Amino acid sequence: MAVIETAGLTKQYPSVTALDHLDVEIGEGITGLVGANGAGKSTLIKILLGLVGATSGSARVLGHDVATEGPEIRALVGYMPEHDCLPADVSASDLVVHLGQMSGLPYAAARERAADVLRHVGLAEERYRPMGGYSTGMKQRAKLAQALVHDPRLVLLDEPTNGLDPSSRDDMLALVQKVGHEFGIAVLVTSHLLGELERVSDHVVVLDSGRLLRASATTEFLHATGSLIVEVQGRPDADRLLGQALVDAGLTARPAEGQLIEVVVADERTPDVVRDLTVDLGLGLVRMQERHQRIEDVFREGGAGSVQPV
Amino acid sequence: MSSPSEPAEPARAPTGVIHDLGYRPYAGPRLGERAVAWSFFLTGLRNTFGLGRSGRSKVLPMGLFGVMLLPALILVGVLVQAKDLLGLDAQIVPYSTYPLTTQLLISVFVAAQAPVLISRDLRFRTITLYLARPMRRTVYVLVRLASLAAGTFVLIASPLLLMYAGGLLADLPVGRETTRFFGAVVGAALLAVLLAGLAALVSALTVRRGMAVAAVIVVLLVSYTVVASIQGISVATGNETVGEVAGIFSPYTLVNGVQHYLFDSPRATPAPPSSDAMGLLYVAAVVVMAGGSVVALIARYRRVSP
Repeated sequence: MAVIETAGLTKQYPSVTALDHLDVEIGEGITGLVGANGAGKSTLIKILLGLVGATSGSARVLGHDVATEGPEIRALVGYMPEHDCLPADVSASDLVVHLGQMSGLPYAAARERAADVLRHVGLAEERYRPMGGYSTGMKQRAKLAQALVHDPRLVLLDEPTNGLDPSSRDDMLALVQKVGHEFGIAVLVTSHLLGELERVSDHVVVLDSGRLLRASATTEFLHATGSLIVEVQGRPDADRLLGQALVDAGLTARPAEGQLIEVVVADERTPDVVRDLTVDLGLGLVRMQERHQRIEDVFREGGAGSVQPV
Repeated sequence: MSSPSEPAEPARAPTGVIHDLGYRPYAGPRLGERAVAWSFFLTGLRNTFGLGRSGRSKVLPMGLFGVMLLPALILVGVLVQAKDLLGLDAQIVPYSTYPLTTQLLISVFVAAQAPVLISRDLRFRTITLYLARPMRRTVYVLVRLASLAAGTFVLIASPLLLMYAGGLLADLPVGRETTRFFGAVVGAALLAVLLAGLAALVSALTVRRGMAVAAVIVVLLVSYTVVASIQGISVATGNETVGEVAGIFSPYTLVNGVQHYLFDSPRATPAPPSSDAMGLLYVAAVVVMAGGSVVALIARYRRVSP
């Protein structure tokens, strides 16, 4: 069953069209929602939560209509907002327990669940300190914990890596992966950074100016392009030497970024030819791998606007 | 953590093992809208007295609560100990006058605690986390208001309860005291609702906490001072009607007037409503003021973007 499905979903603000006849179906697992700032990601999430009404079209979340069954949806869904939303004078533990109760858990259960999810997101002793003193990474973890406390069936994570340094970003992405794959909770995660979603999501939905640009499995985005990337060393002009040798052997080869050589795969013997030629030239073969397309290539093809590749 | 000087643990190997249970789904009961609203109400009520918050935030509300009870305690002490000596046959200060006498404490309490419940969620945008949960927006607003009103009611009514108990101890006529006390409790409830509504509205409009505190105090104290001045002048110059109409514009004089009209409580202002028409106008003013602040508050929250 589709976790989220929209049909002709449109949201018209007085001066801007945030969503334009969006038809999309999102299933279990981790789905990345990609788009530039202003592509309509946050608007879509608010409509899915039943917090903002759509101008036209319809959407269903976990089988409930967003227009009429908002409370039912919000009981089953966890939401991590993009912006700061944590009171400075309350501890993460107190807030998560309280919000667990607000999601309908009895007090004792809320305390137990809060302790569990805070441990899972990696907030240890600091959970008892007021959140005003938290680093951005800790705040993001607390925000994630409150989205998980009521054991939702779907979490909507709006830019969870926003403002994080590279290592905290890796931690957060690992957490998102854990939530989607180990906890078995469906995840819709937005980002304007493509490389992130490439790493964690099973599916990717690309939005551009409120329209659906593409929706498919991440693996399809990253399908092999039919060429090899080869890196050799041993002499300063090693790459040019090998490149010439490959062309002489009847293969199509061209210099790629840096000192790399891109070789078009003619048949299954091509890797052997590359290896043998390298050995013949007395060079060292550092690596030889299939070249994959990256999600950002899709954007170039699709002509989407200002999405930042990582 | 054990210090290095402590003797080592006995050689017996530890038998306990910590298991990582992994993620455990929740299969227990989930409460409905009412239970959630009730729990939200109780949390808010506790928060108005600083309970469940930092130690520092308990100081002001608890201090005010103590100071609020102190005069009642002294009055009861005098009443019980010196009733015959002084020839007393009623409360020294009438129930209905007590909130007017202690209005500064009540105003400070409401002004300081309304931002705790109202402005905080808006300033930190914690409101988003509430709106993303099953509770409806209107229920959120009404419950927040109810918590504040209940906290204010506890503050106003507690000393009255103390005086009532003291009155019974001092063998004042039970029937008469009960009637008067009942009227005073209704008055305390009305006053709590009016003050909470006004303070909540001002706090919701001024998101910054300090501003909200100052604005609420100014609104309550200035309105009372102006009303009291007008009433004093109008009575001195023989224009009671002007004074009676003016009484509508401060929650304290308004509620006192309603108590005077409905329960025949002793007057605590120079110009309480003297006719039925004026009495009904007072009652209508209470309804309009309470309802108006609720409607305005809900309208204000409609514009809060999640």
